[in-house]
Amino acid sequence: MSAPLASAAAAVFTEPPPVVVSRGYWATVFARVLRDKVTVFCALVLICMLLMAIFAPWIAPKDPTATSMLKRLALIGSEGYLLGTDELGRDMLSRLIYGARLSLFIGIVPVINAFLIGTLLGVLAGFLGGRVNTVIMRTIDVFFAFPSVLLAIAISGALGAGIFNSIVSLTIVFIPPITRVAESVTTQVRGLDFVEAARASGANALTIIRVHILGNVLGPVFIYATSLMSVCMILASGLSFLGLGTKPPAAEWGLMLNTLRTAIYTNPWVAALPGVMIFTTSICFNMMSDGLRQAMDIKE
Amino acid sequence: MFTYILKRILYVIPIGLAVSLVCFSLVFLAPGDPLSAILPPDATTELIERLKADYGFDKPLPVQFGKWVLRAAQGDLGTSIATGRPVNSEIAKAISNTFMLAMFACGIGFSFGLVFGFVAGYVRNTWLDKVVTGIAVTGVSLPHYWLGMVMVIIFAVLLDWLPAMGAGAGGSDAWAWDWEHVRFLVLPAVTLSFIPMGIVTRTTRAVVAEILNQEFVQALRAKGMDSLGVFKHVVKNAAPTLLAVMGIQLGYLLGGSILVETVFSWPGTGFLLNTAIFQRDLPLLQGTILFLAMFFVVLNVLVDILQSIFDPRIRR
Repeated sequence: MSAPLASAAAAVFTEPPPVVVSRGYWATVFARVLRDKVTVFCALVLICMLLMAIFAPWIAPKDPTATSMLKRLALIGSEGYLLGTDELGRDMLSRLIYGARLSLFIGIVPVINAFLIGTLLGVLAGFLGGRVNTVIMRTIDVFFAFPSVLLAIAISGALGAGIFNSIVSLTIVFIPPITRVAESVTTQVRGLDFVEAARASGANALTIIRVHILGNVLGPVFIYATSLMSVCMILASGLSFLGLGTKPPAAEWGLMLNTLRTAIYTNPWVAALPGVMIFTTSICFNMMSDGLRQAMDIKE
Repeated sequence: MFTYILKRILYVIPIGLAVSLVCFSLVFLAPGDPLSAILPPDATTELIERLKADYGFDKPLPVQFGKWVLRAAQGDLGTSIATGRPVNSEIAKAISNTFMLAMFACGIGFSFGLVFGFVAGYVRNTWLDKVVTGIAVTGVSLPHYWLGMVMVIIFAVLLDWLPAMGAGAGGSDAWAWDWEHVRFLVLPAVTLSFIPMGIVTRTTRAVVAEILNQEFVQALRAKGMDSLGVFKHVVKNAAPTLLAVMGIQLGYLLGGSILVETVFSWPGTGFLLNTAIFQRDLPLLQGTILFLAMFFVVLNVLVDILQSIFDPRIRR
């Protein structure tokens, strides 16, 4: 017992104290994510999708809106059309590349909107408590009474088709769950000692919210929001598939599935292509969110 | 116990009212006049006024809402603008088809989900667990309308084993429980079952793994209980959570099958909603959504009550 202690004491006196660079929380999370190959792969796929959307005009081999009555529904691998053509003779490969623009836009923007609004509402409800909490959370409860698909379709069905309308309806769909998560985390954090200490040392409400509450709430809520991205991609393209989202001739994966439905007897595999894109994006969002959740759960 | 159940049942009233308010407001989200769909372009102001009075659009909004809710509570959801038939008879025809589809999909999805979840929870962090988790993630990430299309391509177009759409000869009126009709149900039900399969697998795996990690399981094993006995304890402890998830999934399928119903032209409430939206038939849209949402609310309360019977700790 005493021998190790003595040598430890000797070490302290003989060597300079080791410099421990303690990594911050986010650096730790990042290092853990990098070790998880599946998550890294999914993140890379998503980055490729994003680059494809941004640089679509340079990558796409043909004009995505150029129709050709002579070359309708060409098969996959036809000359000049690597992935065939759609029901109006437009190049599928180019349309899939251009489709990333709108599909990712309407699949991601509603979650970002809902993340901003939902976090604000949830933190307010959790921090202020009392009557404000009751009003916000009971209103949120009402929206939980609708299955999410039904709510999205009800609102965009009433508003009518259009990109703006589907973003509005999907934002409304995702605000309630995010608010609920933000509220429950805020309520937990609010009762912790360091908030009490900050208040006792004279910090005002805004500082407490900014430093102590948001610092602890944003992480979990962000993780939750990333898990909604996959749902949002499926729902947004689903709205277009029903004819409630983007309007033709725009290139958007859900809408392309819709217009190609008539072609499943003549050229089935070309008709199924846009769905592969939606599925790939959505599964990558899901796996990435799982990986992030594991990386941030430092306890495990 | 009874106070809890009574409380949950009474809770339906405020939520139900709020849900009706949301459904009622849908009309005001819609651009243009709700009557424009049935009015001829050269309608006289007299005719417009008369129709407004007939549909009650001339009254102040709170009065309109009050009247609408009172009539809805008595089972009268108004008249469809497009067909002129009562909305509730349209819903009654469609809901049995949606219910049938959802029950079949849940049957398939829950069975696979529970088996997969229990297996994965027991063999956590093995290759088998990874396979099952992969299947589950695929299930929740699939755009089911696309899966429906792929199913049609494989089983209807290429193999020609099953019909691609509809509900058989004579539509939903001539439904019978023979293969001639049931085969129309197979593809939509299997397509729809992927979502609950994925979600139930994920939840079951997490719950089972968590229970197996608890000390009481170790105690039971140390006591010498065989694995079947331990399994019974695991099932008992997992039941409340699983019940809640499955109840909500059933509700989601009832209200959210619109995309799959559209792919397969299945004559259910989703198909009805689709028609209502594209014919701008607002009473039909409002009525169908109100009906489905109220169904979901009641289902949630039932699940809560059942859960509290299984697990008394919830009644706090």
